[in-house]
Amino acid sequence: MAKETGIVSWKDLELGISIHRPGSAGELRTGDWRSSRAVTDFDKCIKCGRCYIFCPDMVYSRNDKGYYEQNYYYCKGCGICASECPVDAITMVQEGD
Amino acid sequence: MAKRVGMEVSIAAAEAVGLADVDVIAAYPITPQTHIVEHLSELVASGHLDAEFVPVESEHSAMSCCVGSSAAGARTFTSTSSQGYALMSEICYIAASLRLPIVMVTANRALSAPISIWNDHADLMMARDTGWIQTVAENGQEVVDLIFHAFRVAEDHRVLLPVMVNLDGFILSHVIEPILLPDRQEVEAYLPPYVPRLRLDPKSPVSIGPVGMPDVYTEAKKVHDEVLKGSRLVIEEAWDDFEAKFGRRYRAVETYRAEDAETLLITMGSISETAMTAVDALREQGKKVGLTRIRLWRPFPAQDLFDAVKGARQLVVVDRAMNLNSICGPVCGEIKSVLFDRHHAPYVKNYIAGLGGRDVTVQNFTEMVEGAELSARRGDPMGYELINLKE
Repeated sequence: MAKETGIVSWKDLELGISIHRPGSAGELRTGDWRSSRAVTDFDKCIKCGRCYIFCPDMVYSRNDKGYYEQNYYYCKGCGICASECPVDAITMVQEGD
Repeated sequence: MAKRVGMEVSIAAAEAVGLADVDVIAAYPITPQTHIVEHLSELVASGHLDAEFVPVESEHSAMSCCVGSSAAGARTFTSTSSQGYALMSEICYIAASLRLPIVMVTANRALSAPISIWNDHADLMMARDTGWIQTVAENGQEVVDLIFHAFRVAEDHRVLLPVMVNLDGFILSHVIEPILLPDRQEVEAYLPPYVPRLRLDPKSPVSIGPVGMPDVYTEAKKVHDEVLKGSRLVIEEAWDDFEAKFGRRYRAVETYRAEDAETLLITMGSISETAMTAVDALREQGKKVGLTRIRLWRPFPAQDLFDAVKGARQLVVVDRAMNLNSICGPVCGEIKSVLFDRHHAPYVKNYIAGLGGRDVTVQNFTEMVEGAELSARRGDPMGYELINLKE
């Protein structure tokens, strides 16, 4: 499989469209669909990690200070994190604005 | 050495699967089912066959179990008919696209309603677009031979696709015929052990059956289509080697007294043998009538069919399934496409015959030939007609 997208020549597909490298889905750029992105106000953030737990993809990771940061390579803009944040620290910002 | 024995064709099919040294059989044991899996379960239970027999709760589970076992690298078999196939069909598409060399014998029967347990080709046609290889037997010996052929073709690394061996339900599956069963050494010489190219193995993990986004689905279908097309070469090689080892010859399209035929019957399945008797009778009356029989339904042998029929003025295509309110029956539709693509336009008459277990007799074939010749002379529109219909 090509990185970032699944686009590949039919001649190069693995037998039965099987996948031979564990975790290779991590290369897919799922962030290219979004129309809005999650932005965290770290002044409000209480480091609870709910955004990390509820994110259906691999957007959030914990940094050295204990805050959860976004990796927009994966963010689809679903807004689940913003909805789940108990202190409303996350807002969805329209892409292109 | 092989010995000829009188045997019910379903039992012979089971014996053939046993001789093929199958590893796993998963089947729903109740209606619509034949003695094929019943006898296999006896062979396993009595210790004559070292295999797993998994009696599942539905045909959907049967094929699901087959997908798992084939993906684990086991030589895998199942069998069903009609409604059972309908329930199974969702997983049949998956088995083919995942390239799992499962072999299934389908005792072809009608689909309900009305409820019918009898023979026609509704299930065979339902399987048409699943991407399986489909062969069709005309008698019990062919069922046995095509089962060995099916495993050999399915498991060839240039193919790796499931194969369905079709035989007419009851008319073949429940009839006792003289069968030449080879011994195990002869089968082993023809059918090497299955060596999976891809299998579920914790030591070397693979994901089988992932989601295909719009950017890969088309390519996945293309590669499946190409492999199915390319399987033709392996199918022929396996028939060549079968002839060398067992002395019986199979072809994708076979003919009977067709060389100089002006009117040509085209059939598929056990009615071909009745049609041969009809051709003999019509030839005795001096009529130039012949027969073309389709043995390989998928991959579709378009050029072979064209070569077999191009000399005839009238074609009489006999379908045992009905495309309700289409232009014609499913076999006839394929043949008309073959002819149109090659700018060849004989008179093509389509008869739908033998639905839901109704007999197709020598007399019926005579009526079809005479009816087609009359329609051709009158220049009637080329439609389809139900033979032996009570008005």
